[in-house]
Amino acid sequence: MTAPTAEAGAGRAAWLDGVNPAVRILLALVLSIPLLSTIDPVSAAVAVALLLVCIPLTGLRFATVLRRMLPILLLTPIAGLSMLLYAEPGGRIYATFWYATISDASIAFAIAVAVRVIALALPTILLFSRVDPIELAAALAQVVRLPARLVLGVLAGTRTLGLFVDDWRAMRLARRARGVGDRNAVRRFFSMAFVLLVFAVRRGTRLATAMEARGFGAPIERTWARRSTLSGRDAVAVAGAVAIMAISIAVAVLAGTFRFVWS
Amino acid sequence: MAGLLGTEEDGHAAGAMQVDGDDPAAHRGRVGLVLQDPDAGVVLSRVGDDVAFGCENLGVDPVEIPARVGEALSAVGLRVPLERETARLSGGQKQRLAIAGVLAMRPGLLLLDEPTANLDPAGVSEVRRAVGDAVRSSGATLVVIEHRTDVWIDLMTRVIVLDADGGLLADGAPAEVFARHADALLAAGVWLPGRPVELPALPSTPPGSVDALRARGLSISRDGHTVVQEGLDLEVAAGAASILTGSNGAGKSTLALTLAGLLPEHSGTVEAVSLPAGRRGMRPSRWSSRELLTRIGTVFQDPEHQFLTQTVRDELAVGPRALKMTDAATSRIVDDLLERLGLTALARANPFTLSGGQKRRLSVATVLATAPQVIVLDEPTFGQDRRGWAGIIGLLQEQIGEGRAVVAVTHDDDVVRLLGGRRYALTGGPA
Repeated sequence: MTAPTAEAGAGRAAWLDGVNPAVRILLALVLSIPLLSTIDPVSAAVAVALLLVCIPLTGLRFATVLRRMLPILLLTPIAGLSMLLYAEPGGRIYATFWYATISDASIAFAIAVAVRVIALALPTILLFSRVDPIELAAALAQVVRLPARLVLGVLAGTRTLGLFVDDWRAMRLARRARGVGDRNAVRRFFSMAFVLLVFAVRRGTRLATAMEARGFGAPIERTWARRSTLSGRDAVAVAGAVAIMAISIAVAVLAGTFRFVWS
Repeated sequence: MAGLLGTEEDGHAAGAMQVDGDDPAAHRGRVGLVLQDPDAGVVLSRVGDDVAFGCENLGVDPVEIPARVGEALSAVGLRVPLERETARLSGGQKQRLAIAGVLAMRPGLLLLDEPTANLDPAGVSEVRRAVGDAVRSSGATLVVIEHRTDVWIDLMTRVIVLDADGGLLADGAPAEVFARHADALLAAGVWLPGRPVELPALPSTPPGSVDALRARGLSISRDGHTVVQEGLDLEVAAGAASILTGSNGAGKSTLALTLAGLLPEHSGTVEAVSLPAGRRGMRPSRWSSRELLTRIGTVFQDPEHQFLTQTVRDELAVGPRALKMTDAATSRIVDDLLERLGLTALARANPFTLSGGQKRRLSVATVLATAPQVIVLDEPTFGQDRRGWAGIIGLLQEQIGEGRAVVAVTHDDDVVRLLGGRRYALTGGPA
């Protein structure tokens, strides 16, 4: 929870920082739904190219984006490979063994899927790498108008996740110290998980007490010191996202490769 | 009193209580509550937002909030940027933040539940000063629940003592109450000003004593990446105490766990000198979990982390059983420990349901069950009342007398004084 914000604090102010966090959720939807419902390599490739051009607006460095994308980049060949072998054959057939067939159609499909996975992951990283959880919560409560109790409860709860990591580490060492650390790893895992659950319930109760002691849940209209409002920039961002999708699909249609998932 | 534990699941309320002549539940925000655990009081991940949290809940005009936040933070002397992450504050800073969060709500009553129990001496004086200043400037009533009375002695105008059944034992001016009820208070485990525990102090390590463990060029790290101390050379002498001191975050616990063979050395070595070698040599970090049992025992800072079973009795039997002792030998050891630590009546209780002092004694007892040559303890007297404190120190002195090595991490100057031995002060740590 703390790593992304720590890094965000170090960077300079970027254009995207002025876009409301709630609007970014909308942007993520705009940038993914068209790509989920179509399947062709051109639209996804154009989308990736346009998103890469937008990186300077996000305040992230290219190296950072690449590092965050790495797990996805490592996964794409697997997604691509399964398509390559098992997609419905079509066109010229290059090789067959058992149920697997490599054909023109499956090669095209494999490339389309691989590019698409990247195109779907990239916006999430660009949009949410520098979002502060507190600002996101303020936006969800004030702009989207989700119940404040829910939003703040979740926000306060996620802060305690780090404490569980410490608990787990201490419990693992304690089991070694008590002479039961040599064997029965599976049983040990479940007993530790159970104790962690006990800790979670207790910590939750304590957090609720602390929050109520500060007037949380009082029958008064809550105010927000951290204002979350919409501005012209939010409209520009949405228009930009729509434009990226429109260009990607238009290019695909012009190139003649455009294809819906279910067609 | 804060009007929080009002429902039946939290406990039973009997009789009447009034805040400003009304029901406390209707006056949330008039009473500011700060709890014992520094991690329990912090709600949000940034200092500014956390202090503003209470004001927002009370519907304070957002225009007014920044001024209130600033005032509250300066009242407790917490001068950090508003954007500072709360996770990076020290224990004393977290408690001051919790007090600031409460002050920003402008309460008429400040209710503190052992606010300094989990802090090092620097943290205790920080919080003590902050509370004094805040009460003076806000004119609020201060109620502190505490068994370390000496911390608050110059702020006290009235002392109320409850007995074990919830009745009223004493109520009056501090000097009078402490003078008249001193024996009853001491018996109940309350620390009184000017009445330290009467135990003999052990001498510092005699020259020529045998080393149990030796560390050379030791670098320590909790997670295997971040080095918290490096180039440490130290010896743990048999039949004496080795005390590790230093401020929060200096790496005392990490050093203790490394000496105990639980964390691997980041670089350098910890080696057994007088202890028998394990199957994989002289380094405790290479020993198996079962080999550690008779060589080095560790008492963790939070006793709950080391509990494994459903009853106190089974808990004590874990070690002997892992050593494949016979049932007869195991129950002999267990009975003896229950007796010595005053836990016999609780033999069938679940360890998680014990009081703080009982949990601590049980965790020490589980280690003694396998009679290790070296006993490592992380903050053994943390949050103990006077009686529990004396019990543990007496027990450790006994172990030292029997020729065992005791390694203790502590903030407590009285522990250092009474255990004697040699003291290693770690410097550094986060600012």
